Amino acid sequence: MLFKRNPNGIDLPYPSEITPQEIYTGRRSFLTRMAATAAVGSGVWEMANREAFAQAAPGQKLAARANVALSTDEKQTPFKDAAGYNNFYEFGLDKDDPAKNAHILRTRPWTVRIEGEVNKPLTLDIDGLLKLAPLEERIYRLRCVEGWSMVIPWVGYSLANLLKQVEPTGNAKFVEFTTLADRKQMPGLGSGVLDWPYVEGLRIDEAMHPLTLLTMGMYGQVLPNQNGAPVRLIVPWKYGFKSAKSIVRIRLVSRQPRTAWNDSAPREYGFYSNVNPNVDHPRWSQASERRIGETGLFQPKKKTLMFNGYDQVASLYTGMDLKRYY
Amino acid sequence: MALQLSNTQVKWLKVAVFVLALLPFARLVWGTATGAFTDPLAEITKISGEWALYFLCITLAVTPLRRLSGWNWLVKLRRMVGLFTFFYALVHFIAFLWFDHFFDVAAMLADVVKRPFILVGFIAFVLLIPLAATSTNAMIKRLGGKRWQWLHRLIYAIGPLAILHYWWMKEGKSDFAQPILFGAIVVTLLALRVFWHFKRKPQTVRA
Repeated sequence: MLFKRNPNGIDLPYPSEITPQEIYTGRRSFLTRMAATAAVGSGVWEMANREAFAQAAPGQKLAARANVALSTDEKQTPFKDAAGYNNFYEFGLDKDDPAKNAHILRTRPWTVRIEGEVNKPLTLDIDGLLKLAPLEERIYRLRCVEGWSMVIPWVGYSLANLLKQVEPTGNAKFVEFTTLADRKQMPGLGSGVLDWPYVEGLRIDEAMHPLTLLTMGMYGQVLPNQNGAPVRLIVPWKYGFKSAKSIVRIRLVSRQPRTAWNDSAPREYGFYSNVNPNVDHPRWSQASERRIGETGLFQPKKKTLMFNGYDQVASLYTGMDLKRYY
Repeated sequence: MALQLSNTQVKWLKVAVFVLALLPFARLVWGTATGAFTDPLAEITKISGEWALYFLCITLAVTPLRRLSGWNWLVKLRRMVGLFTFFYALVHFIAFLWFDHFFDVAAMLADVVKRPFILVGFIAFVLLIPLAATSTNAMIKRLGGKRWQWLHRLIYAIGPLAILHYWWMKEGKSDFAQPILFGAIVVTLLALRVFWHFKRKPQTVRA
């Protein structure tokens, strides 16, 4: 019921054919707005960074085959909301800070080191990552632990493609993802909210699950910086913070890694953090969610689904007490 | 030396304060109606809560400021800013009842009892109700000045509860700069009163 079925699984449309017109238009007005902010907002220093801004500006197309089988047909969140309402504390604590500040992030050159419990450690640049496997577009629900949700067409491929390349050893039980932490490019690192760098982690079977997406784009284009460019993770059945952004290192390890939010507030953010309507956050219920761009004042909020509706991952947690391992 | 205002000036000042105090509310309505808020329910909850706290601090500042500056006309603004504290707390509470529970009072109360974070905010709000209800001249007369004053000392509980609520809200992100700032403001403003109360010869307010 939740997924569009694709009978043959081969003849798939390109995203340009399915992305609605309004989203393209929204994208353009967003770009204009961004440029205006950069130009008017902060003067000379900003002008000095224009080159970097132009280079990293979203809008560069990223062709991908639509993976309809793994996509929801729910209404997509407008691009301006998905690219303007972000939690990316490296660029500030407010939701609009990343969109204001992330343009100074240089996303090229960029390398990702994959190491640890592997036979073939590997360092890849962005072009290498983009070429490693065919790019797919997958329209996923995104549920934030704060109680809001979006529907976003991501571009990438299953992380498993990359992990298989490095040949994990028998000791590889977990995967740790590290986000860039560069004070020169990330004004938010001055705040003591988290112990930088941002580190997230998955169990190896979670990381190898086909739904786990190594993501380079969204809405048919290169990831905007504020959404975690140039490469991020998307784990659609977990709260959004589990999906590390702007990744510089992927390490396969034998023990459960420390993770940033779990370190900061263990009572509130567990290692697993699967979307679960039956396990409340200490300060609010997780039973329902506000769908950005849809939930208004005059109807109740949307019911949150177990595993964010991705029932196919339930078998990963058979026999586990998900109230204890929240 | 102290700045004096005529009755007419005070009247205009009250009008100005009233309009200014409604601006945050206007922003809520505008942001929601125009779609300027990406997440309107969260935005309304956040902004109303913040302004309830700001007005609590402003209300508490009136008496110390009057005492230190000799600007006696300030007291004429106190009831209005006090009622705005209640107004924004009420908006904040309605946002919670409406958005979080869609007016299911039983579910709302269950939530209140379950979460200390919500409980302290709820108690602070409930304690504000008698203060708002007894804000009229008629009520002051009916209660008598002394009893009225005793009742309004509830603010010594409301202030710290509001700060605790704010503190716990920010705790998740270990973001304590604001709770510390507002905690210090509330504690200072309340402590000044206690200090003056226990000073043997209370300083007379210069007319």
